Amino acid sequence: MAIKVEHEIHERRRGRNTGVGLLLLALIGIVFGLTVVKVLGLTDIRQMERFDHVARPQLEPGALEAAEQRAAEAAAAAEEATE
Amino acid sequence: MTDITNHTQTREAQMGDYFALMKPRVMQLVVFTALVGLLVAPVGVNPFIGFVAILCIAVGAGASGALNMWWDADIDAIMKRTANRPIPSGAVTPGEALGIGMALSFFAVILLFLATNALAAGLLAFTIFFYAVIYSMWLKRSTPQNIVIGGAAGAFPPMIGWAVATGGVSIESVLMFALIFMWTPPHFWALALFVKSDYGNANVPMLTETHGRKATRNHILAYCVPLVLVALGLGFTSIGGPFYLVVALGLNIWFLKGCYDIWTRTDADSEADNHAVEKHTFKVSLYYLFGHFGALLIEALLRANGLTAWAGW
Repeated sequence: MAIKVEHEIHERRRGRNTGVGLLLLALIGIVFGLTVVKVLGLTDIRQMERFDHVARPQLEPGALEAAEQRAAEAAAAAEEATE
Repeated sequence: MTDITNHTQTREAQMGDYFALMKPRVMQLVVFTALVGLLVAPVGVNPFIGFVAILCIAVGAGASGALNMWWDADIDAIMKRTANRPIPSGAVTPGEALGIGMALSFFAVILLFLATNALAAGLLAFTIFFYAVIYSMWLKRSTPQNIVIGGAAGAFPPMIGWAVATGGVSIESVLMFALIFMWTPPHFWALALFVKSDYGNANVPMLTETHGRKATRNHILAYCVPLVLVALGLGFTSIGGPFYLVVALGLNIWFLKGCYDIWTRTDADSEADNHAVEKHTFKVSLYYLFGHFGALLIEALLRANGLTAWAGW
């Protein structure tokens, strides 16, 4: 017994179904392409971490600079202590 | 308004029928003018984002066409020119046209927002609303100035293209809008003077029938004069230049002469030569619009290659 049941509506609507399938594939291509273009266009690595609905204080403007400054101060303090 | 009991599906709709719902010929003008608006803008756009933006604008225009066909199915069935459209011909049901129009509008606006910016998406949403609701549902059947107002919907695409690139509105994009807006009435009324329409049977007020053919001739010239000012004015903005101005000058003299000739003629003259001047002016109006936007595009190319410096521009 054939597993696949054929009906005349399948043949009648083949063109439409193929068209809808191609449109959906095109939509996937567009969304994927946009994602690639947008991600490659980011100028700051921190922007990659956005939009994940989690609070991240380190992503606030100036956070990286402040962290770098604190690290530099800590390194300077450590250097002074060893001398 | 559509009466769904009058329209039943008589054959299986194919993809071509759904595509016809989107008024592909109108879409050509939309794509061309939006592309020019995008390319002449002073800000570059990633080619893929530009492609997606133009696609969204075209789909948005097509969606508003589908909504227009859904609403106007009753009068489309009466008029010969529109009787073969997908709904009156029985290929597509009004409900399908409404669903497709709404779904494509939603997709086009959201995708344009994600790909570009809120202003471009907002302008596209407004254009769809303007054509489907303000023009189709409200003004088309209530005023003989319907074509003037409907022209605004066709005038938005270059403004949206500009907004895609710059994220704003400026004098250049407003003048590109005004160029199409002022061009639509003389273009359409020149056609109305030589094509025998049956808008009267469908109770759609057209200027030729509500105010007469003489008034239509007056209106054609009255819209053509400010159109010339807009077209030449565009040449003195940042997207204009010597090449555009030369082309615009020639096209405006040509079109103004046609509109003036239409104005000076009587219906008897027109009947005598089988509307030769009206037909010629209509053809000129097509060259006029494509010529202006084509010249803007060439001007942008010349500017990008530093070839306009010789004229001190």
